Amino acid sequence: MQTIHASQVKPPFYRDERILGIISQVLIVVIVLGLGLFFFSNMISGLREKHSVAISFTFLSQGAGFDIGESLIEYSRERTYFRAFVVGLLNTFQVAFLGIVIATALGIVIGVMRLSTNFLISRIAAVYIEIFRNIPLLVLLIFWAQAVFLKLPRVAEAFVLPGPIFLSNRGIAIPWGIPTESWGTFLIVLVAGILLGAVVVYLLREQGKRTGRMPLVTLWFIVTVAAVGFVGWIVLPQPLTLEQPKLEGFNTQGGKILSQQFMALLSGLVIYTAAFIAEVVRAGIQSVSKGQREASTALGLTAGQTLRLIIFPQALRVIIPPLTSQYLNLTKNSSLAIAIGYPDLFAVAGNTILNQTGREIEMFTMIMGTYLSLSLLTSLLMNMYNKRIRLVER
Amino acid sequence: MAENDTAEMADNGTAEEIIICQDVCKWFGDFQALKDCNLRVQAQEVVVIIGPSGSGKSTFIRCINRLEEHQAGDIIVDGIPLTRDVRNIEQIRSETGMVFQQFNLFPHLTVLENITLAPIHVRKMRKDEARDTAMGLLNRVGIPEQADKYPGQLSGGQQQRVAIARSLAMSPKIMLFDEPTSALDPEMIKEVLDVMQELAETGMTMLVVTHEMGFAREVAHRIVFMDGGEIMEVGTPEHFFTNAQHERTKLFLSQIL
Repeated sequence: MQTIHASQVKPPFYRDERILGIISQVLIVVIVLGLGLFFFSNMISGLREKHSVAISFTFLSQGAGFDIGESLIEYSRERTYFRAFVVGLLNTFQVAFLGIVIATALGIVIGVMRLSTNFLISRIAAVYIEIFRNIPLLVLLIFWAQAVFLKLPRVAEAFVLPGPIFLSNRGIAIPWGIPTESWGTFLIVLVAGILLGAVVVYLLREQGKRTGRMPLVTLWFIVTVAAVGFVGWIVLPQPLTLEQPKLEGFNTQGGKILSQQFMALLSGLVIYTAAFIAEVVRAGIQSVSKGQREASTALGLTAGQTLRLIIFPQALRVIIPPLTSQYLNLTKNSSLAIAIGYPDLFAVAGNTILNQTGREIEMFTMIMGTYLSLSLLTSLLMNMYNKRIRLVER
Repeated sequence: MAENDTAEMADNGTAEEIIICQDVCKWFGDFQALKDCNLRVQAQEVVVIIGPSGSGKSTFIRCINRLEEHQAGDIIVDGIPLTRDVRNIEQIRSETGMVFQQFNLFPHLTVLENITLAPIHVRKMRKDEARDTAMGLLNRVGIPEQADKYPGQLSGGQQQRVAIARSLAMSPKIMLFDEPTSALDPEMIKEVLDVMQELAETGMTMLVVTHEMGFAREVAHRIVFMDGGEIMEVGTPEHFFTNAQHERTKLFLSQIL
């Protein structure tokens, strides 16, 4: 019998699949490295000619000398530039976090409404989406700031909602829990409660494995933590007191004040991003095959149960990647805060600090690095979640 | 209304008729998918529906649990008239199970969760009770060892048996099968048909759309032949395979046998 040696015939190197693959990879690396080197040396030589100032971050420990409208941590003009930077970062973080949570909730509601069989409801959702995703965000933000929140009455004539909540052109004052001396102890009690809950969960799981009957683990966890928290709340002398805002002279005192800049930025970001999230949610729901809904319906599940238990969990795996993009967009878009005077990371660091110190390279490195880290962290969390809900195939 | 209908049926001595379809019509746009379909199914009866594709077989059984809405005629299931009344629709759905050509298992849930979902959320059954029932059903369809796997990890035949178990978990009085073996590889068809045959032997009322003539011959009490949205001929298997009356029935049988 004749033996075949097909695998031993070598093609010339310029037609060899493996060699071509290696060559193209090497070429790409060389091009990328070359470009990077060119731009970097260009920057260095440019700096040397213009400034003759070496790159340094020591200015961060100098006194800032400017005020910031609102801050989540203690801050005054005597504090350092670095402190000011952190204030801006926390403000960005605050608006991005709240924005993401509220925009997601609103987006899901509108996305589901968009698919309603009720003509009126689906039209309303469609009109919302088409209006708000087609107006530039900057226009929307300035609209909210100028035409809504600044048009609220002066503090002395503020609208008062039950609570009491004061609506005025300074912002919105709401009742807020003020920690007392025992707050720290209460937090420790809460952590202890969670630990105890974890122990209970473990014991129940073990017992469930032995008897073959799984108890309602989640329920018992919540019960344990709530019970410990309740006891702590009763025993300790009031860990939190509810402080209500009051009108005092030309301002409101007490409670928490959400500034008009913050409210305008949050409203604009939420309403704009929710329109995009609604479309993402709609696409996700429509990606689930019709048979799933039919099987669920035939089993007697209601429309709501079908959506919650069957359609939505499956839609999630289609929704998550584009949803992550929307979260990143919202976080980055929050830098438009500078247009309406909210002291976010970019307004504080990219405007005030930069103008006072003239340290462009350093500040932009820090700003870009911070936004990049925030975005990468968001991506990472979302990717982990996406991996967890992936469908199991053979 | 429902009481009246039930009373009337009792008078006529037809209380055992668990499905009554009378002059049922259905249109998709201008296309008439069902034309005056009449069928009465006795409790515990196995009725097989055959016919060329596009003849309205699937549409017909999908009307019985309101996956499609019929536009004219009457459908009464276990004494409950199928109208726009949401409560009636819910009742009928909870009494009828359905098995689909594409299985339609929920891919994000395990086999066990697929089966216990409806008993827990619709029947409000306790979780461990639902689990025991589900394991019993998995034993019955012969795949208890697959309980904790996901549908994507099973073969087509196993998936369809899970789908049958999932429907049975709601203890339906009627089972509707919409071409349950058409998407299966040949060697898996038998395992599904065996489960269906066992189910028929326990006295389940079954309405089966299928191309499996062997199953029709052995298990069916009556065979319905549909063509062009009409019920052309109804009869026992012997009548059908030896003595079909209608020209189109004979033509169809000659093509597939």
